[in-house]
Amino acid sequence: MQGTLNHEYGKTIPVVFRSQKIRGIFNALWLQYLIMPLAILTEFSAALGRALLGASRDLAPIITIIALFQVLVLQQPFPELFSILAGLGLVIVGLALFVVGLDIGLFPLGETLAEEFALKGSLFWLLFFAFLLGTGTTVAEPALIAVTREGAKAVAAAELIENSAASIDRYALGVRLTVALSVGAAIVLGVLRILRGWSLPVLIIGGYTLVMLMTFFAPKEIVGLAYDLGGVTTSTVTVPLVTALGVGLARTIRGRDPLTDGFGLIALASLMPMIFVMLFGLIVH
Amino acid sequence: MEILFNPILLLLATAKDVLPVLGLLVVFQTLVLKRPIPRPGRIIFGFGAVLVGMACFLGGLDLAIFPVGRAMALQLVEGALSGEKVIWTAYGWVYLFAFLVGFSTTIAEPSLIAVANKAHEASRKAISSWGLRIAVAIGVSIGITLGTFRIVTGTPLYLYIMAGYVVVVIQTIFAPRMIIPLAYDSGGVTTSTVTVPLVAALGLGLASNVPGRSPVMDGFGLIAFASLFPIISVLGYAQLVQWSVQRRSRKKIESEAKP
Repeated sequence: MQGTLNHEYGKTIPVVFRSQKIRGIFNALWLQYLIMPLAILTEFSAALGRALLGASRDLAPIITIIALFQVLVLQQPFPELFSILAGLGLVIVGLALFVVGLDIGLFPLGETLAEEFALKGSLFWLLFFAFLLGTGTTVAEPALIAVTREGAKAVAAAELIENSAASIDRYALGVRLTVALSVGAAIVLGVLRILRGWSLPVLIIGGYTLVMLMTFFAPKEIVGLAYDLGGVTTSTVTVPLVTALGVGLARTIRGRDPLTDGFGLIALASLMPMIFVMLFGLIVH
Repeated sequence: MEILFNPILLLLATAKDVLPVLGLLVVFQTLVLKRPIPRPGRIIFGFGAVLVGMACFLGGLDLAIFPVGRAMALQLVEGALSGEKVIWTAYGWVYLFAFLVGFSTTIAEPSLIAVANKAHEASRKAISSWGLRIAVAIGVSIGITLGTFRIVTGTPLYLYIMAGYVVVVIQTIFAPRMIIPLAYDSGGVTTSTVTVPLVAALGLGLASNVPGRSPVMDGFGLIAFASLFPIISVLGYAQLVQWSVQRRSRKKIESEAKP
């Protein structure tokens, strides 16, 4: 008499039951959902303890530097010491929860999906998934929203577009969608690279050459923004998920090394927006 | 003192960022692959932890690190002002602060921690997670320092970026093949939730306080620097490791040959 209890990712632990009746109850869906959170919770608390220690260690340098500058260089007392200390506590707890949550929820699902798409063998669905993943994670990115708005204001101040709220919003949205599409395209290119085994340096150096050429033709006001948007696009959510896709995909395909073939998606996702945004500038201005 | 931290609003904003991704994954799993969600309890729980963690993290950043960093950038520029003329050597404390801020924010960057752990795992423990993080952090801090120097002097951005690209291309030829994709990725990884607001505040603060610079035209570019230089430093780190390994094995061969 055996039932299985999903205990740890990738592992199932057999559970022996005394009677058919209990096993029947256990297999009922609602009970499984009741027991599973308990198993997760135990594992979670242990992982969280480790993560809290790690987060405190990671934050120590920031705290030290700011404190040193305040005391030695600026020689001013800390303003609002209480709120700063509360904020630091939040940062530590948030960092720990984030890392543990990623390990529990995001990475396993992303990798499972990538592996299943690779096994399914449908190139169309894989590329479609890759495109939506890149575009979907980018379009909702808060840092991107903020920076495109700043950029639109800069362009309006330089009188390249009409200096009104509506035209600034339209321009910012245009840039944001351009960036999202470019990240989607970059992920598709990166997945194709993993599948076909194309050389990443050739793609990247080719991309750099294109960026340099575009710099000479693109309007000057958009160059700084375009360069920055390359780094802004890849957020805390996009990076782990896209890395999981790449590493999972490379692990599934025979003859591909997860290290050399799995990484490289984010590099393309940082490069492509520069080209697309400068192209956008060329078309709009 | 004011309480800026609004947990509900922050949770909603974070959910807006994260939920579409979860939705996308669930839709693909159930509709396209037609498989049940594996261990849904874990995934929902993990996503909850990511949401709360990110909200706490961003709230804490707004409450503590952001205002202190911004106020300090302002105070540091005030200390370096000498009339209308800009003397770039007077901004020593600014460069030092930029360097240290770049280093410490990168070390604490959650995405980088996650990717470094993945790299450690994928390389079968050949790449040290800490070594990678330190290499990236050094790259970011040099990049941001150069970026603040560029804002102070007002020199064109593309010259620096092009020079950086040329260095990357040359390094790519000589660096060990297996580290190259990882190095390219590390550039994009660093510049996210922690680094972007802090670096943006630094750039805009500098450009609006240094005489003769406009925040909208000169304030951009710091993030580009912070994305480019980690590539150089990670490739350099790999070359250094390779060189020391080769030297050690050469010494070993020599000492074995002597007796």
